[in-house]
Amino acid sequence: MKKQPNSGWIVLCMVILILFLLVWQLLGGKTGGLPGPIPVAKSAWFFLSDPFYNNGPNDQGIGWLTMYSLARLATGFLLGTLFGVIMGVILGLNPVLFKALNPYIQVLRAISPVAWMPLLLYSVQNSGVTAVLVVFMASVWPTLANTAFGVSNIKKDYINIANILQMNPVVKVFKIILPAAGPTIVAGLKISMGSAWVAIVPAEALLGTLGLGYFVWNEWNNLSLTSVIFAVLVIGVVGVILDYLFTRLAMRLAYVD
Amino acid sequence: MIGKEPDKSHVGSIKSLNDPFDGDVSISHNCCGHSHSSTDIHQTADTEAIADRAIEEAVIRGLFKGNEVSRRKFMKLVGASTAMSVISSLFPLDAAKAWAKDASGALEKTDLKIGFIPITCATPIIMAHPMGIYEKYGLKGSNVVKAAGWAMIRDWAVNKQVDCAHMLSPMPLALTMGVGSTQTPFLMPAIENLNGQAITLANKHKDVKSPKDMKGFTFAVPFDYSMHNFLLRYYLAEGGVDPDKDVKIRVLPPPEMVANLKAQNLDGYLSPDPFNQRAVYENVGFIFKLSKELWSGHPCCAFATSQEFATTMPNSFKAVFNAIVDATAYSAKIENRKDIAQAIAPRNYLNQPVEVVEAVLTGQFSDGLGATRDEPDRIDFNPFPWNSMAVWILTQMKRWGYVKGDVDYKKIAEQVFLAGECAQIMREKGYSPPAETYKKHVIMGKEFDPHKPEEYLNSFTIKKM
Repeated sequence: MKKQPNSGWIVLCMVILILFLLVWQLLGGKTGGLPGPIPVAKSAWFFLSDPFYNNGPNDQGIGWLTMYSLARLATGFLLGTLFGVIMGVILGLNPVLFKALNPYIQVLRAISPVAWMPLLLYSVQNSGVTAVLVVFMASVWPTLANTAFGVSNIKKDYINIANILQMNPVVKVFKIILPAAGPTIVAGLKISMGSAWVAIVPAEALLGTLGLGYFVWNEWNNLSLTSVIFAVLVIGVVGVILDYLFTRLAMRLAYVD
Repeated sequence: MIGKEPDKSHVGSIKSLNDPFDGDVSISHNCCGHSHSSTDIHQTADTEAIADRAIEEAVIRGLFKGNEVSRRKFMKLVGASTAMSVISSLFPLDAAKAWAKDASGALEKTDLKIGFIPITCATPIIMAHPMGIYEKYGLKGSNVVKAAGWAMIRDWAVNKQVDCAHMLSPMPLALTMGVGSTQTPFLMPAIENLNGQAITLANKHKDVKSPKDMKGFTFAVPFDYSMHNFLLRYYLAEGGVDPDKDVKIRVLPPPEMVANLKAQNLDGYLSPDPFNQRAVYENVGFIFKLSKELWSGHPCCAFATSQEFATTMPNSFKAVFNAIVDATAYSAKIENRKDIAQAIAPRNYLNQPVEVVEAVLTGQFSDGLGATRDEPDRIDFNPFPWNSMAVWILTQMKRWGYVKGDVDYKKIAEQVFLAGECAQIMREKGYSPPAETYKKHVIMGKEFDPHKPEEYLNSFTIKKM
């Protein structure tokens, strides 16, 4: 039992999938219940067979919708990362400031990013910008907290060597601090990406900005549950791919002291 | 002698006309090029010149009865300026030019965005797109954009993300008064549809006969500022049930109403179609009463735009107003309904099966109690925004505590519901609008006199004022 053959987990994984589909088929598929796996597969085939069609602003292929969501995610996430890392480094290097601001950060990060949405929409008066800001709000706090933590825990030796070499502060940040805190920062980015992807769906749904989230909402408005289930699966798969990419990035940045 | 009037529907899209006084070029090719960019600062001057040219061309065409060869010969013979002065002495060109510009100047913006909610009430707004009615009025590149709820479409309209919007008819009144939103003056140039709503009850309530049997029910309506809400409250109160004390009324998006009816969280709802029919189709509810049985010909949804849009882009506003009146009149004809159902059912519009849309639009449907009904006016279309309807809505907003204090009924009604303007456009198109803008309505057998709103309010015993 010590060394399982490599294919064992794949078999188990398939068995679980088949069991799941069977249970689904038995529970759903009745009139009035959830649609079963076969109609969902049909609807998935409809959307996947032509992912990049464009019939105007209300009907575009699933490929386009995913692109819109990813573009929104990238914009908000990059803004959040920039802000989070800069603030994180500053706070990590200033323990007093970190302690003073920490209570506020804790309160802010406990707020669901979607809860900001009405206030943001009311003040910026543009649903596209609001959606990006919601993503920003979702992605900034884990990055900030992890960066500050990583920076404040860099080995004193590294800092001392930088001081002996009389590095100027900018070089010090890029040559010593960021590489040393790199793995912690990327771990924060990974959490940020996860929560940003979670936030983008309700943000798009509530704001009506074209993307996967709005797609779910519009299909729900038409009570076409097969499309809703399909879209939920797409959202899950895209999330897994994003997470995988960050795991690869984290592996490349890891180092041994 | 002018032969043909300049075709108003094309003035906005004329790009480059050849000089009719030039013997070397032909004017017989046609006029409609691409739409211009609305940011071009030369556009106004350009399009004025183009309008001038259109008039000149029309006059010349009239004179030569469309004979291109004799026009060219004549122009070459006498020269453009002589021809111009000769023709001016025969026909007051300048006056004609001024009149045409006043009637329909250059469109400030042609690629309008018009928000809609995917329900059958939006029929005229939606169908004007696939059927080319917006384009007919020069609004090239205009598009209809789907919103997922009334609050969303309100925010889009207030934030100017859309130029015009499909709203519930009480919404422009509420926005103008700043009730339930920031105060923004809105206009309602036309009513989208009449009737088109129903009270749907869960299947377990098949023995319910009157409001008395509904005490303790939980109902849903799509929005606070909706005819759905006001009609449901009116219906309950007429039967002696206080809608604020004896029942619960929740605001829910219509698809969630169907899901909640199924989950037994709701006893019934008053909602727009196709969601009443959808409950029958899902076998979870039945159509208890069509809203036309409460008030035959009541207003439902509206075509609305901000006052700012109408004043800063008067020509585009007029063009879209014309398009909507056209589309509404077209929808009013029952023989067109099948074509309309075909045009608006696809994914980018309603995203419903054609048969469902057709059942609602043609009024032949099964009610969930085993009967098949034929009600051609289940949904009806008439753009004319009676000021008296606005007054009724205001009385109900006051009755149920949405507005407090004195309400200047007629002032608000006339500011928001553009009855006079709509009548003028209807007349220009050969439809016969009513001669007056106020009339008495009968709701559940009780007469409403728009000139005595306070007396009307005082006649109710159940209210929340």
